[in-house]
Amino acid sequence: MFPFNFEWIWDMSHMVFMGGLWFALTILGLGMTYCVIKAAIDAAKGKGGGHH
Amino acid sequence: MDDALIPKGVKRCPLPEFLMKLGPVVVVLIWGIVAMFMCWFKGLNQTNMNDSYGFALWIWADLTVIALGGGAFFTGLLRYIIGKDKLKNIINFAVLVGFICYSSALLILAIDIGQPLRGWFIFWHANVHSMLTEVAFCLTCYFGVLTIEYLPLVLENRQVDQVSFFHHLSHNMHEVMPIFAATGAFLSFFHQGSLGGVAGVLFGRPFAFREGILIWPWTFFLFTWSAAAYGPCFTIMLAKITEKITKKKLIKDDVYALLAKISGWMMATYIMAKIIDTWYWAVVTAPSKGQGFMEFYSDNAFYGIWILILEIVVGGVIPAAILITRKGRSTPALLMIAVVLAVIGVSVNRWVMVLQVMAVPVLTFEGWPMYYPSWQEVATTLLPVAYGILLVAFSYRYLPVFPQEAELNPIDLESDETAESVTASETADAKLSPAKA
Amino acid sequence: MKNEQAKKYGMVIDLDKCTGCGACMVACMAENNVPFKKDETNKLDSITWMRVFQLTNGKSFPETDICYIPRPCMHCEGEHGHSPCVSVCPATATDYSQQTGIVSQIYTRCFGCRYCMAACPYHARYFNWWDPVWPNGMEKYLNPNVSPRMRGVVEKCSFCFHRYQRAMEKAFLEGRRELEEEEYQTACTQACPAGAIVFGDLNNEKHKIHQIVNPDPAHRGRPKNPKAFRLLERLGTNPKVYYLSSREWVRRAGDNYLPHEGSGKGH
Repeated sequence: MFPFNFEWIWDMSHMVFMGGLWFALTILGLGMTYCVIKAAIDAAKGKGGGHH
Repeated sequence: MDDALIPKGVKRCPLPEFLMKLGPVVVVLIWGIVAMFMCWFKGLNQTNMNDSYGFALWIWADLTVIALGGGAFFTGLLRYIIGKDKLKNIINFAVLVGFICYSSALLILAIDIGQPLRGWFIFWHANVHSMLTEVAFCLTCYFGVLTIEYLPLVLENRQVDQVSFFHHLSHNMHEVMPIFAATGAFLSFFHQGSLGGVAGVLFGRPFAFREGILIWPWTFFLFTWSAAAYGPCFTIMLAKITEKITKKKLIKDDVYALLAKISGWMMATYIMAKIIDTWYWAVVTAPSKGQGFMEFYSDNAFYGIWILILEIVVGGVIPAAILITRKGRSTPALLMIAVVLAVIGVSVNRWVMVLQVMAVPVLTFEGWPMYYPSWQEVATTLLPVAYGILLVAFSYRYLPVFPQEAELNPIDLESDETAESVTASETADAKLSPAKA
Repeated sequence: MKNEQAKKYGMVIDLDKCTGCGACMVACMAENNVPFKKDETNKLDSITWMRVFQLTNGKSFPETDICYIPRPCMHCEGEHGHSPCVSVCPATATDYSQQTGIVSQIYTRCFGCRYCMAACPYHARYFNWWDPVWPNGMEKYLNPNVSPRMRGVVEKCSFCFHRYQRAMEKAFLEGRRELEEEEYQTACTQACPAGAIVFGDLNNEKHKIHQIVNPDPAHRGRPKNPKAFRLLERLGTNPKVYYLSSREWVRRAGDNYLPHEGSGKGH
């Protein structure tokens, strides 16, 4: 899973498979981080909460 | 009692009645939990699996719930990426069903492995050449996506929404949702396909083995395709059942019709591809390994040619034919028949690709081993069903799952606030059933 | 191990000599600490790394004929080590050694998904449905060179790999890099009273197995000896266990054929 795992090889299979995995995880992680930080800022600014 | 939690503009039965009606479901849930702990503490000798049936009821259940849960990714793809805006009225429910299906699949997998405490090895010591590794990674990641998709719905609960941070979080997540949905579709494409690949790569098992493109056998594409085609049928079926139980119309017919139409055409094209695949396998692939087509369907007590007819004709051609015609999908009874047949069809396909693969003898001096599940296997398979019913029931009661519910079921009172406190006996819908699905 | 020719250990079993006595099965169980149950009647959940099957030609007396066929793990090479089970294991708990040609099983890494069992057409892989329980006192007779397996993992014939390790250690201590043929032999080979099993390096022309089988490297090791065959040759599993039989029906029972296909080896 990580390059420091002893069975890790820098071959095409690992790069494609793990590349795809970490790419997806990064998008999800960044997306959620953005949502949480923006929500915290909006809430602190006191933008009208409670109703859409 | 719990009025403050119930969404505005809709009506729910009294809490005690709601809880009481869920009693039998809780009993099944407890039964399943007991069996689950028996399997964990005593080992897999609690099952009727054996060395010929290393994969059995659980793996079938896994493959099936993931196929049925495919409605979430495909509806999400249609709604957020293709832009079928009308589907916003069913997407919440599709996500909820998907969330239940995927969490169930992960739970069943956690029971199914012989050393559950080592389950993380599949990630840590990943063999990137194994289809099962791809399944595990994408399935877990996609479950994360479904959680992200389900979370805004939870945050929209009336009380939670009062908290400014949660309100904004929910709002922001809705904004970013197309990106999450696209990631979900990407992950789903691969894990649905890999589940098909699990059987398709078994070159030691002529019944399962399929040729393909590069590292992907044809079953890879067939599984993704079938999940996209059949998953929405399961969503429609459960939504219809929810409507029956709640005695309310929750989703407008044009929404059902649109999803049914897309599902129908997906199914029609899938079933054609499946027929071609089956034909090629029967006349080219299997004979090249020395096994004739009928060898897979004879000389045993259970697996006859009927299973292929049930899967392809009854569970494929017929529902597809119903769903692609305007009259078929707009007639409630026909629509229901079609989605039920479709669910049966895809379930049989997954059964065949797991159980029959195990059953067909390959060595000439071995016979067909037969298998029936133990009560522990049945209980642990029903456990997610019970859990799913509970989650749908609670979500329906406290979260705005169906955006069209209030419009379709106007409350006969002027003020929303008073409507929530009105007891069921005081309204026209006095005999409203509990909100379970 | 550098600068040495890779070995390819394999086995040839002469079915004309095999009497079906089961000594190979017993020797294997004792050598490898294979666990057993109080009641072994259900063969679908009992562990037999080496299992002897009985075949019959299906004809009535006086033409009836039977044959016993011992079945260890075939240590399939597939295509370039792509054996059916190794390629599917999600946790890299089973491996194909390019040095020895042996398919290993790492018990402490296997988490019991059983995908390898689904992949193996020979049913050579077994799951530990129970924790091993030895009768009182028997634990003293266990082989100290083989680790017993815990509940929930898959196990299979290892070609007595611990014997290879011991032989290699001894050879190293004596300043040798190569093993003599008799230095590494499996328990079943040595136990067979009929001498039906021959074990050795298929790559080594001096070894008996090479001379008997005469593997064809151009066709993934298919035997050139007309009496020899491998189980399920047509699947492309490329096994390293060969069988010998002078009887045509026995050779034909080694693989699947369509009704119109002639006798002998598929292709």
